[in-house]
Amino acid sequence: MIVSDARRSEGQTIALEVHDLTVAYRDKPVIWGVDFALPERQLAAIVGPNGAGKSTLLKTIMGLITAASGQVRVYDQPLEAVRKEVAYVPQRESVDWDFPTNVLDVVMMGRYGQMGLFSRPGKADREAAMSALEKVGMAEFAKRQISQLSGGQQQRIFLARALAQEARLYLMDEPFAGVDAATEAAILELLQSLRAEGRTVLVVHHDLQTVADYFDYVLMINMRLIADGRMEETFTTENLQKTYGGRLNLLSEVAHLATRHSHILQAEKKPE
Amino acid sequence: MSMEFEIIFTAVMVATACALVGTFMMLRKITMLADAISHAVLPGIVLAFLLTGSRNVLPMLIGAGLLGLLTTWLTELLRNRGRVNEDAAMGTVFTFLFAVGVILISLFSRQVDLDQDCVLYGEIAYVPLDLETHLGLTLPRAFWQTGGVLLLVVAFVGLGYKELKLCAFDPAYAVSVGISTVVWHYALMSVVSLVTVSSFESVGAILVVALIVAPPATAFLLTDKLRWLLGIAVGIGGLSSVLGYYVAAYYNASIAGGITVVLGALFLIVFLFAPDNGLVIRWQKGRRTPQSVVAEPSR
Repeated sequence: MIVSDARRSEGQTIALEVHDLTVAYRDKPVIWGVDFALPERQLAAIVGPNGAGKSTLLKTIMGLITAASGQVRVYDQPLEAVRKEVAYVPQRESVDWDFPTNVLDVVMMGRYGQMGLFSRPGKADREAAMSALEKVGMAEFAKRQISQLSGGQQQRIFLARALAQEARLYLMDEPFAGVDAATEAAILELLQSLRAEGRTVLVVHHDLQTVADYFDYVLMINMRLIADGRMEETFTTENLQKTYGGRLNLLSEVAHLATRHSHILQAEKKPE
Repeated sequence: MSMEFEIIFTAVMVATACALVGTFMMLRKITMLADAISHAVLPGIVLAFLLTGSRNVLPMLIGAGLLGLLTTWLTELLRNRGRVNEDAAMGTVFTFLFAVGVILISLFSRQVDLDQDCVLYGEIAYVPLDLETHLGLTLPRAFWQTGGVLLLVVAFVGLGYKELKLCAFDPAYAVSVGISTVVWHYALMSVVSLVTVSSFESVGAILVVALIVAPPATAFLLTDKLRWLLGIAVGIGGLSSVLGYYVAAYYNASIAGGITVVLGALFLIVFLFAPDNGLVIRWQKGRRTPQSVVAEPSR
């Protein structure tokens, strides 16, 4: 594994290592030979066009989809050995929000993996769940039915559920999709505080205008891995062109980041 | 014990077991798999008869449980490997297995004390006539069979509550925290198989589907809390059993038919008049609200 060896010699711990990963749906490849090593303590984005396999990559890392070949290692161990260290945030649209349950119950689900079979949530679990809710600013909604939440609130409790896992590596599928500006700013702040605590966050991100502002590491994929590395060296016009192909005309302005910082400023001005 | 009580008590036990598993099937949007399994377990029951030569409960439950698992497995296999839609896969598998059961019954009709009408429609009125003695107690055979399965269902739902809830709400997340949705899916389907078998002789393969589907569907219109949903579904199942018995007795009709008609009527009443989600309330709200606001998302 040439990539990871090089990084290790720089003295960085690798949080997530994916080696030669190939995923296919009925013989049609969705991900082809993806190979990368993500150092810890990074806010990392996965970008790429629709259907590039971004969500599939996260799901395969989590073992939700079986890979045709390749391997995944988390903190240099197989996923099964360190599952408790990894928290996954699925897309908000992947569940039915009419499900009869309340906010605290959903966040408590973050503790189920640690609780073990047949046991019920205890005081420590409830406290962890409440503290996670406080971190996303939703503590006063603990008893609210989930069917009554807005999109941004749904996203926050999904994040709170992952926080309740108290993991080291966070994998998030489009946490910024369809949320209001205030929620976007709150989520960004949360990601930054996770990094400050020494955790590693890998996020599927669809908004090219904010990628360079929000993240310090990027994986650019279009079925294959096009480029990966630190944002400033990797997120270049050339790599964007390779990733998005002919569609780049629209995106070329994005590459020189004319809108830098404007999003964050806007978000701060607009209270919810 | 009066015969009336014995019949109603059996019906309430069947309804309770059905409502509990039915709630989780509804939340996972797989209620129609109950229809498939209730038919597909037939060959398992017949084979258990043929192998043991008796109407012993345990071999029957094992046979049915295995066929339930086989149905689930075949449905998944066709869907994942063979480019077949889930509903088409289910329809093919369960009708095939049911037909195998029907043919087995006709082939071995002399050995098998089971007639096809009974399998399809059940006859709960015969419950008090068929007694069995265990632990020094002589009770209707249905009590032992249905009661045993009900205890199992209550234990399953009680112990696996949080796993069943998470697998229904967010299966991808469940897998991500190390809870196997496959294991829980097969476990739920095995329990559903046992529930349908224990209901066979009382309400039959067709109406057991009503007992699995209707109580949770009705309860869902009345609450948005899972524990209440389970409780109300059980209550509706029980109430329908009692009322259905008296409807049937009054008209001298099939008891299973009576129960199902009451289930349908209760659903209709709730659908129209439920406090939050009822059609009448929503219609009234709609009239008072300007047109632009009416387009609110309906649940």
